[in-house]
Amino acid sequence: MERTAKLRSFLNVLGPFLGLIFVVGLFCLSNEVRPYFLTGANFKIILIQTVIVAISALGMTLIIVSGGIDLSAGSVVALTSVVGATLLVKGYSPMAAILLTVLTGGAIGLINGAAIAGFRMLPFIVTLGMMGVGRGLAKWLSGSQTVNAPETPVNNIMALVDPVHLLPLPPGVWITVGLAIMMAVVMHQTVFGRYVFAIGSNESTARLCGIRVRLQKTLIYAIAGLFFGLAGLMQMSRLNQGDPTAAIGLELDIIAAVVIGGASLNGGSGSILGSMIGALIMAVLRNGSNQMGWQNYVQEIIIGIVIILAVGLDKLRQKRSHLS
Amino acid sequence: MSSLLFATMTPRLRMMGVQKSFGATRALKEVTLEVAPGEVHALIGENGAGKSTLMKILSGAHTPDAGRIELDGQLFHSTNPWHARRSGIAMIYQELNLAPHLSVEENILLGEEPARLGWLNRSRRRALAHEALAKLQHDNIPLTAPVGRCTTAEKQIVEIARALVGQSRIIIMDEPTSSLSELDTKNLFGVISRLRERGVSIIYISHFLEECQVICDRYTVLRDGESVGTGPMAEANLHQIIRLMVGREINEIYPRTPHTSGKPVFELKAVAGETKPRSVDLTLHEGEILGIAGLIGAGRTETLRACFGLDRLAGGSVFVGARERTHCSPTQRLAEGIGLLSESRKEEGLMLNRTLADNLTLTRHGPLAKFGWISSRRQNRVTLDWMQRLDVRARSPAQPMCELSGGNQQKIALGRLLHHDAKVLLLDEPTRGIDVGSKAQIYKLIGQLAQQGKAIIFVSSYLPELLGVCDTIGVMCRGDLSEVRPAAAWTEHSIISAAIGHRASQNSN
Repeated sequence: MERTAKLRSFLNVLGPFLGLIFVVGLFCLSNEVRPYFLTGANFKIILIQTVIVAISALGMTLIIVSGGIDLSAGSVVALTSVVGATLLVKGYSPMAAILLTVLTGGAIGLINGAAIAGFRMLPFIVTLGMMGVGRGLAKWLSGSQTVNAPETPVNNIMALVDPVHLLPLPPGVWITVGLAIMMAVVMHQTVFGRYVFAIGSNESTARLCGIRVRLQKTLIYAIAGLFFGLAGLMQMSRLNQGDPTAAIGLELDIIAAVVIGGASLNGGSGSILGSMIGALIMAVLRNGSNQMGWQNYVQEIIIGIVIILAVGLDKLRQKRSHLS
Repeated sequence: MSSLLFATMTPRLRMMGVQKSFGATRALKEVTLEVAPGEVHALIGENGAGKSTLMKILSGAHTPDAGRIELDGQLFHSTNPWHARRSGIAMIYQELNLAPHLSVEENILLGEEPARLGWLNRSRRRALAHEALAKLQHDNIPLTAPVGRCTTAEKQIVEIARALVGQSRIIIMDEPTSSLSELDTKNLFGVISRLRERGVSIIYISHFLEECQVICDRYTVLRDGESVGTGPMAEANLHQIIRLMVGREINEIYPRTPHTSGKPVFELKAVAGETKPRSVDLTLHEGEILGIAGLIGAGRTETLRACFGLDRLAGGSVFVGARERTHCSPTQRLAEGIGLLSESRKEEGLMLNRTLADNLTLTRHGPLAKFGWISSRRQNRVTLDWMQRLDVRARSPAQPMCELSGGNQQKIALGRLLHHDAKVLLLDEPTRGIDVGSKAQIYKLIGQLAQQGKAIIFVSSYLPELLGVCDTIGVMCRGDLSEVRPAAAWTEHSIISAAIGHRASQNSN
């Protein structure tokens, strides 16, 4: 009895994982591309390219599982990258800059959460508004210019040292892995995590069962904001600059990663591991398409189709498991 | 006189031997119904007697398994609501079915818009809408106003006007007065009289028998899916009709566990909600099972929700033990040891896509967790334990809730209150929609809980179970709770009389 349940949760993660192997295999079919694509050095690049979406996806998973959505993620990443670079330019210590950058993201999330929970507004609308506000703030703060960050240890977080070998991976990748493990445990082994699932699964039940839904929701968006802020820091570290026009449409990549990873936009289901694999699939697709020399528009079409396919397959699988 | 007249005419509607089953439940066993042209016919029966199913068959929402339906002497086979509407059968639903953002005239002609090649004829629409309202002598309602801004009574008129567009032969009115004031009810009766004069037949469904006496020509009583009596309204008295409605043997066994009531633990004083309840007083003691009877919409659920903190309390006070604790959130109520079992298991009671274990332990993680960290092993063990004690048939604690049968789902929902160790249990329709076996288990469980000294409020629409399980019973009618009396002082007859607000028989008790 226990085994069927375990098998099922295993299969749930297996789906996205098979998808990842399939996508990697797809790019290996081409004899010209394989020697470049299937190398430690290229996978290092893929992992670095994954970091920003993956860290954001940690926060987005929390939100989507609770039945919400956050469209402001991309703008928050741009804003916090500008905040971080500006702080470094102003001579703040790297530690202070990192802290304040992440907290800026948290503050935006807190405002989102408070508006959504406090006024019972739709997350879609509130965060759509915040998407504009965040982008505008970033442009205002930077005077619509990129802010070049001075040479500091912050740049090392995402630096590509030794581009020929897979190891050593930059700290950013390890930070992502560590945070992902932490969040997976939080989602499954803590009361807070259970409440996130409960609110997303059935908000009325959550209220009936005495869960302080408003407080929890506010917390969820604030914590997610912290992750978006950290992603912004990674963005700045990677480019050595804060760019107010960066990460446009990034929120859709993040949401796609979470959904490919098996989360339902209706809330109540989803997993951190799945979202991480989803983020990897997105990065592999972009990287592979580049290696194949495909035009940008081809990439966009392919990624669009993959998202629809992934969710379609998931629906099919769910229907099957309901019948059995 | 009128009944003589009816006998000579071809009936407008004749339903014979109509049967309908949903899975294993036989909703309609054998129903016969005859309505003459220009007759107002009362369809009477308890909750779940099969009235709605019968009317849904007539209006094309369900197809009957067996039986014959004739409309003006011709075989009528309604396949879908659109076809029934075209055949002149209009239904006015209990919950007003209007689009609040659209205007009055748009609502009246919704689905029947006068148009050519998809191009709307606005002036014709206005004329038709005006004509329909004029027939009801209510052409004072502004045609262009959005329905959302109309009063309830005006909405009711718009609903009826909708039925008048396109020559309705039969209008079905399902509890039309449940949301109307006395004055509006009088106006509605005026409308019904005018419709009758125009030769329209009306099937009038209402729990309020006195209303039926005023407005209806004839009646048919349904009980447990069978038509058990029919006749002219003028010759019937209410006691006869109520006896026809109830007339069933208590064939289920209600296991009684001996228990005694102790000191008061939960008290409501003049509790009122935003609209319902209006004023509820009750005192619940340790080890007491207090039943609340009443019709759907009488305010029973609203009372429980308001005193549990789910809805706003508009007035009155709530005492837990000896302390006044009036305004509390559900979180606080649970902390005080009060638990609520929701009447809508699927919409509110349970998280259907989560596991048994998650559903059972949601309100109390304390024994499973240390510093907010849950032990899955302990969670599973606790769940297995409750599954055994409540005889839940499921594969494992990790099975999703939606795969369980209604009875097993309900046991888990109840199990949540037990795991929470609630001292006061507010149970709203705990046996709704579950099989007889599970029902008996739940009755037994409730008895055992009372024996342990827990206090229970048991809301139900099914009278035999209230009389079989409860120590004391109160009846709600239109937002007010009657005096709570020992169960032995009630009969099904007197409960129904109180529920429909029939004062004469209340006094005779």
